[in-house]
Amino acid sequence: MIPGSFSYHRPASVADAVKLLSDLGEEARPLAGGHSLVPMMKLRLATPAHLIDLHGIPALKGISRSGNNLVIGAMTTQHDLLASEDVAKSMPILHEAALLIADPQVRYRGTIGGNVANGDPGNDMPALMMTLGASYRLEGTGGARDVAAADFYQGAYFTALEPGEILTSVSIPVPAAGHGYAYEKLKRKVGDYATAAAAVVLTMAGGKVATCAIGLTNVHETPLLAADAAAAVIGTSLDAATLKTAAAAAAAIMAPAADARGPVEYRKHVGGIMVTRALQRAAANAK
Amino acid sequence: MNDMTPTREQRSAALEGMGCKRKRVEDIRFTQGKGNYVDDVKLPGMLHGDFVRSPHPHARVKRIDDSEALKVPGVLAVITAETLKTVNLAWMPTLAGDVQMVLADGKVLFQNQEVAFVVATDRYAADDGINKVIVEYEPLAPLVDPFKSMDKDAPVLREDLAGKTSGAHGPRKHHNHIFEWTVGDKELTDAAFKKAEVTIKEMISYHRTHPSPLETCQCVCSFDKIKGELTIYGTFQAPHVIRTVVSLIAKLPEQKIHVIAPDIGGGFGNKVGAYPGYICAAVASIVTGKPVKWVEDRIENLTATSFARDYHMTTEIAATKEGKVTGLRVHVLADHGAFDACADPSKWPAGFFNIVTGSYDFPTAHLAVDGVYTNKAPGGVAYRCSFRVTEAAYCIERAMDILAQKLNMDPAELRLKNFIKPEQFPYHSALGWEYDSGDYHTAMRKMMETTGYAALRKEQADKRAAFARGETREIMGLGVSFFTEIVGAGPSKNCDILGIAMFDSCEIRLHPTGAGIARMGTKSQGQGHETTWAQIIATEIGIPADNIMVEEGNTDTAPYGLGTYGSRSTPVAGAAIAMAARKIKAKAQMIAAYRLEVHEDDLEFDIDGFRVKGLPEKFMSMKDICWAAYNSVPPGMEPGLEAVSYYDPPNMTYPFGAYLCVMDIDVDTGVYNVRRFYALDDCGTRINPMIIEGQVHGGLTEAFAIAMGQEIRYDEVGNVVTGSFMDFFMPTAVETPHWETDFTVTPSPHHPIGAKGVGESPNVGGVPAFSNAVNDAFSFLGSTHIQMPHDFWRNWKAAKQLGAVA
Ligand SMILES: Cc1cc2nc3c(=O)[nH]c(=O)nc-3n(C[C@H](O)[C@H](O)[C@H](O)COP(=O)(O)OP(=O)(O)OC[C@H]3O[C@@H](n4cnc5c(N)ncnc54)[C@H](O)[C@@H]3O)c2cc1C
Repeated sequence: MIPGSFSYHRPASVADAVKLLSDLGEEARPLAGGHSLVPMMKLRLATPAHLIDLHGIPALKGISRSGNNLVIGAMTTQHDLLASEDVAKSMPILHEAALLIADPQVRYRGTIGGNVANGDPGNDMPALMMTLGASYRLEGTGGARDVAAADFYQGAYFTALEPGEILTSVSIPVPAAGHGYAYEKLKRKVGDYATAAAAVVLTMAGGKVATCAIGLTNVHETPLLAADAAAAVIGTSLDAATLKTAAAAAAAIMAPAADARGPVEYRKHVGGIMVTRALQRAAANAK
Repeated sequence: MNDMTPTREQRSAALEGMGCKRKRVEDIRFTQGKGNYVDDVKLPGMLHGDFVRSPHPHARVKRIDDSEALKVPGVLAVITAETLKTVNLAWMPTLAGDVQMVLADGKVLFQNQEVAFVVATDRYAADDGINKVIVEYEPLAPLVDPFKSMDKDAPVLREDLAGKTSGAHGPRKHHNHIFEWTVGDKELTDAAFKKAEVTIKEMISYHRTHPSPLETCQCVCSFDKIKGELTIYGTFQAPHVIRTVVSLIAKLPEQKIHVIAPDIGGGFGNKVGAYPGYICAAVASIVTGKPVKWVEDRIENLTATSFARDYHMTTEIAATKEGKVTGLRVHVLADHGAFDACADPSKWPAGFFNIVTGSYDFPTAHLAVDGVYTNKAPGGVAYRCSFRVTEAAYCIERAMDILAQKLNMDPAELRLKNFIKPEQFPYHSALGWEYDSGDYHTAMRKMMETTGYAALRKEQADKRAAFARGETREIMGLGVSFFTEIVGAGPSKNCDILGIAMFDSCEIRLHPTGAGIARMGTKSQGQGHETTWAQIIATEIGIPADNIMVEEGNTDTAPYGLGTYGSRSTPVAGAAIAMAARKIKAKAQMIAAYRLEVHEDDLEFDIDGFRVKGLPEKFMSMKDICWAAYNSVPPGMEPGLEAVSYYDPPNMTYPFGAYLCVMDIDVDTGVYNVRRFYALDDCGTRINPMIIEGQVHGGLTEAFAIAMGQEIRYDEVGNVVTGSFMDFFMPTAVETPHWETDFTVTPSPHHPIGAKGVGESPNVGGVPAFSNAVNDAFSFLGSTHIQMPHDFWRNWKAAKQLGAVA
């Protein structure tokens, strides 16, 4: 568990960072909180020759408003998210999910940018970003572009990031006032990735579901939007039969790997239960 | 007496002796990051070694090419089996009478086996080096399932044993067989089963797990060529044994070997034996003339140094219709991995598993254990238990529940009916032990009253009815466990390690000012010896515990001892401490008599000094006696005040306890909630109640982990799939249940202070309590036995198989 040797760079601006990345090519990797990258390096599953530490770039940190969107700098830590009143008030599901990531030590270092850019299906933020309709700003030497979270994930550790690009911020539309939300995560212990998790954001009208988005974590090689499941609950009052249909529709798109958390069948089964529980809790806290 | 004279209570309290909740003195340095662990040892010019390990569970090693590795800056040497052969160290003896490869000699027998040792100027260079060593393997068919070890066509694992029809423990039945060990009266037991009104039979497995201490195994070896001396700093639970082993296998004179075990971050049995890392670091130091450090990482610890358990116990009980047990028959298939590297006393290939009759009065019993080889890491150590005692306790406690279920009887009631009665002690068990003392009925009843056992059973019945009506998806289980341990190895008549009797020792020296130092052959790894040993001395000789410095772990200064494991420290070294203190006290009495000008027999010991009987004002404090010992001893007496004791215990001690676990399980997810856990321990005389409570909390937490998910698992082709804390269940404070502790006190009649040892009880008794709770929860759905570990998905699987989830 000793990493190989690497060179360390600490640029002071996004421009310098992307220049370094494109000059150094494939052998260079951005370093954010290091809580996904460094463990991989210790196992020598990742052996970057150059680490471009993004901590020296003030512009990448902070939470601000842009119209109806919350814009979060890539280097904002999970702890910063938990400390933000704006997040707690306008996007409580982000607060709830951040609190379910590992432990305080990890959250002090781990960043939202690293979490969503990593491409690990076990990360909690990606499915949540898809559920909330977020988009990511990617910047390279050629300029900036925005990519929807829903279009970003291509496979385990494969994303829309092009070589030389970094993710600079995440932009999330603030959900409607009175919306219901829940992030249900089954894990074996603190510090464990989800056996299965489901994010639900919905609005209710007259006791019936008016709008709904459902995201799924760690039940496929990429995070998923469970569109059919969400469609199935619109216009219902989440009666038992509807919940069953929704859970089944969600389970139908899951393809988890068997691991120490359990066999495929179990992970799909509890994935469905997470969906059911998240829907019920979201409906209950919607106003 | 004026008001300033302390009362007897105050004088007694000032000693902080036995029974005092004295704060742990070692915590002053531990809580401030000032402990001194092996990795803190940094010697001038020190080199670092690291292993090239096998990716294959079973393969022939065709070629090792170190040429590229030697080009890595900082890499100085690559040691292989060929290098070790030049000093006759390619193989080493194990404590179990087997031999083990130090580095792969022609073959590898488990994944992550040590293949080559790279020595470099720093840890990074060593790791760069291991990545450049090229090893060519020819994979062989792996043998993973111990039930297939003795198949006719099973692959031959140990080619070195070809033609050997017997091993250290008698005949071998097959090329992958290690030993068969039988105890008890087979005929009588078979007869009991023939006549039995009721019998049960179940294959009860105790899965493979790992002690996984916070600090992994490590050492620094430093060979001084001029003096011909080898100094080894290491994480050793038994430093003197390591010294003797090194002397025997490296053929170095024992006085030229200095073994130092500094602070140790947990052992739990993982640090009793000798590992290839120690041999390689020592050889590397001898070859290079520089100190060499070897530090295991977490993956190496979990996958290569000693595992625990892997016992598959086919268990049968014979009983009457009324629930009186009449016979016990157990066959164990013991998976030892690639080498038999158990750390048991020499004559005990299955440890003290013959304690399997537990707390019950079995008129007859028979036990047979077959040890077999598989392509898995070696070990089988006593993970926070006396040798194989937790396996035995799990076996009998699970089986008693299965019998209760068959008889439709409450498991607590069945136990009460079969307990050994207080008047039967000392009790001779059907499998050969002499239990020293116990009062099981009192302990069990106290547990039942304190927990409201009857009301809990009523609640369970209501919940089951509600479940049947579809009103809840939660089921409730009550896990009863009543364990009897056998600890304190051990009497020389039946216990030795490599021929050395398992006594232990203490040397106490008192200084002129009423202070002193005490050294033992034991070695604390977190048990708090520096605190409790001083308390025994404080009570015995009346010097405040704070004035006694306790030192362990340096073989040059400590008297020879067999170390700390198997809950043996208090039963054995604790006794040696009391005996050494009593020798000092006897001399102190002579000095006091001389100074007070009375006959010795006219003196009585009174808390912190000697008093003339009937003349309370004529008193000499121990503090003053210490001073006198260095200037005015009676004529003909040698000055000084010190003593050594080597204690060979007359018997083992038999701690016991009554535990109850209350658990709820959500059948849809398999998620459990340990609602309550009550642990009553009887460890005889209690030296420090706070430390006992701490030991119980720690042991229960480990028991919880083991029963509920902690597992070393291999896939069907021999890859170990639980090599890190992401997959090997290590609970945090968040998952750990709340513990309620309680006690009764039944002193050991043969121990000088009546103490029995407690460090391992909670692990021994805890595992069956958790497992019985899970099994009890599911029993009304029709199951008799669900194997551990009971993690979420397995609970769900059980619910599904029993038809409780679609
Ligand atoms: C014990 C433990 C438990 C954990 N449990 C969870 C959990 O339950 N849920 C969860 O979601 N996470 C979990 N994590 C991961 C944690 O949240 C990480 O911090 C996070 O996944 C990555 O963020 P980071 O800032 O540490 O990124 P890093 O580790 O520094 O980087 C991760 C990857 O993203 C790349 N990268 C980082 N920032 C950028 C950027 N701005 N632009 C482009 N690429 C970038 C890096 O090059 C690297 O490839 C856990 C981590 C640990 C150690």
